[in-house]
Amino acid sequence: MNDINEQQVAEAMYAMVKEYHGKKNLKAMDLTKAMIEKFGEACTKDLCKAAIRQLMDSERCTYSYVGGSYIVLPPEKK
Amino acid sequence: MADKKRSTPKLDELEKGPWPSFVKEMKQAAEKSATAADALGILERSYNDKIGHWKHGGIVGVKGYGGGVIGRYNDIPQDFPDVAEFHTVRVNQPAGWFYTSDALRKLCDIWERHGSGLTNMHGSTGDIVFLGTKTPELEPIFSELTEAGFDLGGSGSDMRTPSCCCGMARCEWACYDTMGLTYDLTMHYQDELHRPAFPYKFKIKAAGCPNDCVASVARADLSIIGTWRDNIQMNKDAVAACATGGKVDIGKDVVAKCPSKCMDWDGKNLSIDNGNCVRCMHCINVMPKALAPGKDRGATILVGSKAPIIEGALLSAVMVPFLKLEAPYSDLKELIGAMWELWGEHGKNRERIGEFIQRVGLGNFLEQIGLEPVPEMVTQPRTNPYIFYDVKK
Ligand code: SF4
Ligand code: SF4
Repeated sequence: MNDINEQQVAEAMYAMVKEYHGKKNLKAMDLTKAMIEKFGEACTKDLCKAAIRQLMDSERCTYSYVGGSYIVLPPEKK
Repeated sequence: MADKKRSTPKLDELEKGPWPSFVKEMKQAAEKSATAADALGILERSYNDKIGHWKHGGIVGVKGYGGGVIGRYNDIPQDFPDVAEFHTVRVNQPAGWFYTSDALRKLCDIWERHGSGLTNMHGSTGDIVFLGTKTPELEPIFSELTEAGFDLGGSGSDMRTPSCCCGMARCEWACYDTMGLTYDLTMHYQDELHRPAFPYKFKIKAAGCPNDCVASVARADLSIIGTWRDNIQMNKDAVAACATGGKVDIGKDVVAKCPSKCMDWDGKNLSIDNGNCVRCMHCINVMPKALAPGKDRGATILVGSKAPIIEGALLSAVMVPFLKLEAPYSDLKELIGAMWELWGEHGKNRERIGEFIQRVGLGNFLEQIGLEPVPEMVTQPRTNPYIFYDVKK
């Protein structure tokens, strides 16, 4: 089983949000599922939660509401 | 003093009559706030145009949180510039809605400094609702609220702020500590409250007894409704006093209105076939000194109600007929965790858990969350061919 830490998951999530920016809105669960697929079982849902929290607290990502809640880049970083 | 006074002949009509009027309150706020004045103006305009001029959503909130602020804008900002941004702030209410007058003053002062001064106490989620502010005011509001001991509530695809009736604090019918449970769940699920990660919203409402004063059966994805397992408590002397008191006709007002016809009254003795009582509370409400819920108390856990937003309205249905709700509420949390896991993973975008259960089927849902089917889960257990349970139990 590979070791994987919060920082690595946060970076991978951030890259995905950036890649999909303007093409598709991603929900927290979309990112979580993608990370579990990428990193395997070592990447738990709790680790994904912590990574999302880190992205929000550092203001690298923010939440938007378009019918549902999505994780997006903050306006100034687009 | 706000310098604009808008003419509002249609709204003025709503001030007539003896009842309280929101227009009167808004006009008072408009004396001090240009935002409140424009809010009045745009409402009058909507009545004239016969169309709502609000839109909502977008990227607006406080640092780190995905809920608690609902971005709101109008589509004619050139005419109503002071409500070009008119965001709603949801503040997590104390369980049971108890405040000191000092706390209320602090809340109102914060809101007059940073917003329109208009409040909605309380919104349908139960939160304290602050109506109308601008984006630059959000962080100052948040920091002043936290300093005063308050926090934002939920919005968007998250666990909405749990709410409850006043329960044991004021009501003798409370079958469990609604306020204790609500506080515990709110603190336990802080991440789910502030960081939206669900397919759609999830509301929790806790009612202390089947009177369901918070309408949880119609308005919560998880309805926690107090109930009892043993017999209704009866004070025979109080029953006799009721019979002779002249205010209640026990035969007509109580027995005849029992929905399961499980009561009998021979003019002297009242008897209840408790096995067939459906805990509707009618008899207890009519004869509160003579009857009371039993002593073996807990709650029924129901799931799935919602108002008609995407699909039609649903009422909650029984998942667990009886749970002894005592701290730390591990059984309930285990159930919530199992449901969130399944719905979170397989729910469609904007699909409430009640709709999800309808789509996948109750049988499949129960199997996946590891709950045994019981007859109480279905409206007509003797005729529903899709749910299998052990008839001997
Ligand atoms: S729901 Fe029941 S316990 Fe709660 S306030 Fe109403 S009557 Fe009392
Ligand atoms: S609680 Fe309702 S169902 Fe039960 S005995 Fe009283 S009236 Fe009948």
